[in-house]
Amino acid sequence: MSATGIGASVKRREDIRFITGKGHYTDDINRPGQAYAYFLRSPHAHATIGKIDASAAMKSPGVVAVFTGADTVSDKIGAHIGGVTITSKDGTPMKVGSFPALAHGKALYVGDPVAVVIADTLAQAKDAAEKVIIDYGVLPAVIDTASAATSGKPQVHDFAPNNTVYNWHLGDKATTDAAFAAAKHVTKLDLVNNRTIPNAMEPRAALGEYDPGTDVQTLHTTSQNPHLARVVLSAFQGVAPENKLRVIAPDVGGGFGSKIFIYNEETVCVWAAKKVNRPVKWTAERTESFLTDAHGRDHVTHAELALDAGGKILGLRVHTIANLGAYPSTFWSIVPTWLYAPLLSGQYDIATIYVEVDGVYTNTVPVDAVRGAGRPEATFLVERIVELAARETGRDSAEFRRQNFVKSFPHQTPVVVTYDAGDYPRALDKALALADYKGVAARKAASAAKGKLRGVGFSTYIEACGLAPSQVAAAMGAGVGLWESAEVRVNMVGTVEVLTGCHSHGQGHETTYAQLVSDRLGIPIENISIVHGDTDKVQMGMGTYGSRSGAVGMSAIFKALDKIEAKAKKVAGHLLEASDQDIEFKDGKFTVKGTDKSIDWVSVSLSAYTAHKFNGQELEPGLKESAFWDPPNFTFPAGVHICELEIDPQTGVVTIDRWTAVDDFGKLINPMIVEGQVHGGVAHGIGQALLESAHYNSDGQLLTASFMDYCMPRADDLPSFKVDTIETPCPSNPLGIKGCGEAGAIASPPAVINAITDALGHEDIAMPATPQAVWRAAQKAVTKRAAE
Amino acid sequence: MVHVSMAVNGRHVSADLDPRTLLVQFLRENLRLTGTHVGCDTSQCGACVVHLDGRAIKSCTVLAASCEGAQVTTIEGLAAGGKLHPMQQAFQDNHGLQCGFCTPGMIMAAVDLVNREGSHLDEAAIRHGLEGNICRCTGYHNIVKAVAQGAREMAAAATPKAAE
Repeated sequence: MSATGIGASVKRREDIRFITGKGHYTDDINRPGQAYAYFLRSPHAHATIGKIDASAAMKSPGVVAVFTGADTVSDKIGAHIGGVTITSKDGTPMKVGSFPALAHGKALYVGDPVAVVIADTLAQAKDAAEKVIIDYGVLPAVIDTASAATSGKPQVHDFAPNNTVYNWHLGDKATTDAAFAAAKHVTKLDLVNNRTIPNAMEPRAALGEYDPGTDVQTLHTTSQNPHLARVVLSAFQGVAPENKLRVIAPDVGGGFGSKIFIYNEETVCVWAAKKVNRPVKWTAERTESFLTDAHGRDHVTHAELALDAGGKILGLRVHTIANLGAYPSTFWSIVPTWLYAPLLSGQYDIATIYVEVDGVYTNTVPVDAVRGAGRPEATFLVERIVELAARETGRDSAEFRRQNFVKSFPHQTPVVVTYDAGDYPRALDKALALADYKGVAARKAASAAKGKLRGVGFSTYIEACGLAPSQVAAAMGAGVGLWESAEVRVNMVGTVEVLTGCHSHGQGHETTYAQLVSDRLGIPIENISIVHGDTDKVQMGMGTYGSRSGAVGMSAIFKALDKIEAKAKKVAGHLLEASDQDIEFKDGKFTVKGTDKSIDWVSVSLSAYTAHKFNGQELEPGLKESAFWDPPNFTFPAGVHICELEIDPQTGVVTIDRWTAVDDFGKLINPMIVEGQVHGGVAHGIGQALLESAHYNSDGQLLTASFMDYCMPRADDLPSFKVDTIETPCPSNPLGIKGCGEAGAIASPPAVINAITDALGHEDIAMPATPQAVWRAAQKAVTKRAAE
Repeated sequence: MVHVSMAVNGRHVSADLDPRTLLVQFLRENLRLTGTHVGCDTSQCGACVVHLDGRAIKSCTVLAASCEGAQVTTIEGLAAGGKLHPMQQAFQDNHGLQCGFCTPGMIMAAVDLVNREGSHLDEAAIRHGLEGNICRCTGYHNIVKAVAQGAREMAAAATPKAAE
């Protein structure tokens, strides 16, 4: 392994600009003559929009324009539609409308943009916005997930009776019912997966520009997938044809899913820039982020697990109600269906599973993918009910899991997917050793002696990432393919630019992608540049989400490098007067097999462009290749997370004492970066389990709309983590890699809650397990123990 | 308009500003020092931390006009003579950043923490000291390691070697 090749913990090259304050985030970009947009948002969760009087605002100093939904409609700016059509179990397509760039007629959630004021300065835009008079007719709102589809509730959309988007299902009901009929023991569990808010630290921002000379519109935006943004803005919203629309996503300060989606403010800024013929800039205030970034999770579930007398899991039955908010968002419909139900087999060999999912509308912001997207919800369910079954039947948490693990591969689950590779017992054994599981009893006794409650919680999770085989995506109802593209440009002097359709917003692609190229071409890493995030530079791309940038994005680069090597061998063959079949390429050197005749990478690169040594009609000059990689399967990262914590029953404060993670991500490109991804994911999941919850009141006001009310994990809420890996190479891509970006967030919530319930000795606690909730639960535990 | 003058990263600057201009707006929009970020507007997240007369403050909740005559240091002013500050280097060495958005505020807060509390900081002290800065990417694990290294190396840089 070279110092900069595959498997080396190379320090990140992108860090230098970030640690010196020289990053280029969207809000750092300024254009001469730019104006500022300020959005007027509905203060009501559900209201008719009557007359909008902007006459006083138009006279306010510095105001350039005030636009409303009527203006977007008259300019034929289309509304955003969801990207995946889900078919209900009765065969009908989901009931879906569209998400207008500016609401007109009705506002459907608090924060719904109703008008935009554009002015010379932001302060002037805000001042003028106070003078816009909007005549709202307040309507009753529907907020609660569990009851949204019951009769008599306010209706969000006329076309969706009972607020139902779809009633979807997966698996075999008859065989599952039969498994339950034959079961010796049935474990039942009701769960709420709490609604969360993604909160990337960089608020969303957009800067629209128009060049009347070329008739090109440019949008600088905080996007995880600029090409996807361009096609949506072009084909569906009609802002401009793709060849006249450039989308640039520069440095992006975290995404976590929330920056996949194409949002109203981006549409409005790029549209308005042409309309007022000035650059138009908008940057979210944090409260706008809380109100308008798509939220995550928000499931209400009843689940049942069937066991035989020996503890073998026979079947799983699940009914989930998923809150989808008021409008469609880009991947909104697929998250609680195809990204959820196929993971319900967990790491376990379960013969039959039947799951029903009801997607419901409410007067809240759309709910879409947040780190893990469907898979954390599935894992929380599986790992909670498996744990509960172990406890109810008096079995050890680890050994009950081991008994039911899938042990041979490939493994076809009853919920569509085929696990390709893994070794679940090996990861479990390694984690048990690292966590000193044998010492738990002694540590519990030591805690009890101090008046504390200690608990241990397991999560043996699986996920599917590397989205996705395009034909599978089509079968799931997706409107796009989920391949990735790459272009490798070798310059005359042998330096290399790699253009990727993935986007880095913290993942470190400028380092890991360069490691792949350095390893393959045998050239110094500093001679390699990674280019991403600009539709004018990168040929095409689907962006970064679903832990796809390694398994899919790097496979595309790998394929392009295959072509580069093949072409370079032809050039080398001419230079060395040998057949390209006889050329070997290793460590940056081309050698004629069995001889000492060789030539280096730089000479071949130069010769490819000078084209002096070969016939340009027989061999095309140049050394630049591109590739598209469409994966044959998902990848299936899996692992074991063990949380050990202590509860102070006097205060309800939970202190995580040790966190052990053993993950199988296949081959690692940069272990340092992989570990960092696990740390961040685990912290995100601990946040959901202990601290975070989006809370709307019954009127639809978001009560948690600032960092004072929505509790983000801070440094002193978290422990240091013990992180390790095992490796079973992924057979579905040339690099053997699986993906690591979401695993921590998927694995961790049930580990925390299983540990808390272990400590308490009862199951009566929901997420987030805040000190207040834990204190109440601990009083119950103390009472219960006293009675025993 | 109000006239304001101060020293930013050792350079004298002055401007006539709308009196409601915040220090962070002055830095980002007037001086184009965009390394200082705004993550929340309410002094909760710490992305906007700069040093004002040697103390860490959240520049999103300080009026520029109140900084008349002050010395301000931003992330752009931390690396002296092109050499990274030990805390900056420690963040790269320990993979203490991912998206980089919270990083300037985190580094400025960490330098202030060491200046205030000294270099012998245990994990609990570092975690407590960073409570005013939110990071969504790293889970803080590597930030804590970075600050420990940065603290050690700040102390080493401040102490002349006995042999020399």
